[in-house]
Amino acid sequence: MLIDTVLFYVLAVLILGSAIMTITRRNVVHSAVWLISTLLGVAGVFLLQGAEFLAGVQIIVYIGGIMVLFLFVIMLVPVQEEAAQRRFSNQKWLAFACAAGVFAMLAVIVVRGVGALSHPGMAEPAGLGSLTKNSESVGLVLFSEYLLPFELASVLLLVAIIGAIVMSKARTRETES
Amino acid sequence: MEITTSHYVVLSTLLLLIGVIGILTRRNILVLLMSIELILNAVNINLVAFSAAQQQVHGQVFSIFVITVAAAEAAVGLGILIALFRNKQTVHADEIDLLRW
Repeated sequence: MLIDTVLFYVLAVLILGSAIMTITRRNVVHSAVWLISTLLGVAGVFLLQGAEFLAGVQIIVYIGGIMVLFLFVIMLVPVQEEAAQRRFSNQKWLAFACAAGVFAMLAVIVVRGVGALSHPGMAEPAGLGSLTKNSESVGLVLFSEYLLPFELASVLLLVAIIGAIVMSKARTRETES
Repeated sequence: MEITTSHYVVLSTLLLLIGVIGILTRRNILVLLMSIELILNAVNINLVAFSAAQQQVHGQVFSIFVITVAAAEAAVGLGILIALFRNKQTVHADEIDLLRW
């Protein structure tokens, strides 16, 4: 139990510190590398809660897929020129005020609801969909109860692939006419 | 001290807040897209924490769908960014103001 507590705080510091570094770095490549560190921390949190399958998906899809896509697109941007310019927009203080408002709202919700969440294991483990064999139960529920959303997700990915290709394709004279 | 679900909810709240600050303050569109990824990860932490608290796997399945949508969003968003950069030669959100009155 102690090792869980220590691991949670280590991962929380890793996640929040890397997230702050992500949004404050001048160089976009540094931001991307700090974001990878944040995503690794989130995968660690998933492992800590017994979601092994999801931790694997997080590392493969996010770090192996999405972040590589980001780093490819960063090659478009002139990074050195970019780093010399100012980072924050003109509406900085208004933005901080809005963020403080969001924080106040969430803090009220969390403080009010915290009593209901203080038990680590609220419910008894159920039959189908219980968490003892993680990958097996995720697969069973995904392919029985959530079959239609699963298929719709694949259609969404197809649409996203086609959309990304169409938008990023170079439009030459021949294709225009 | 034992780690309960509320610890995870507080962690996820702080991560979401950092993402919101990133979206609202930065000028670079790439960093804005990264902040969206931070917010989606905060949501995933919440879903998995509640899934573990209820001893049910449904939260994790929803989390998989969130990751799927995040992948689609990143692909389309970066495609839009490439098209935008080709036309305007900039990646700053406050310099792309063609539709502003």
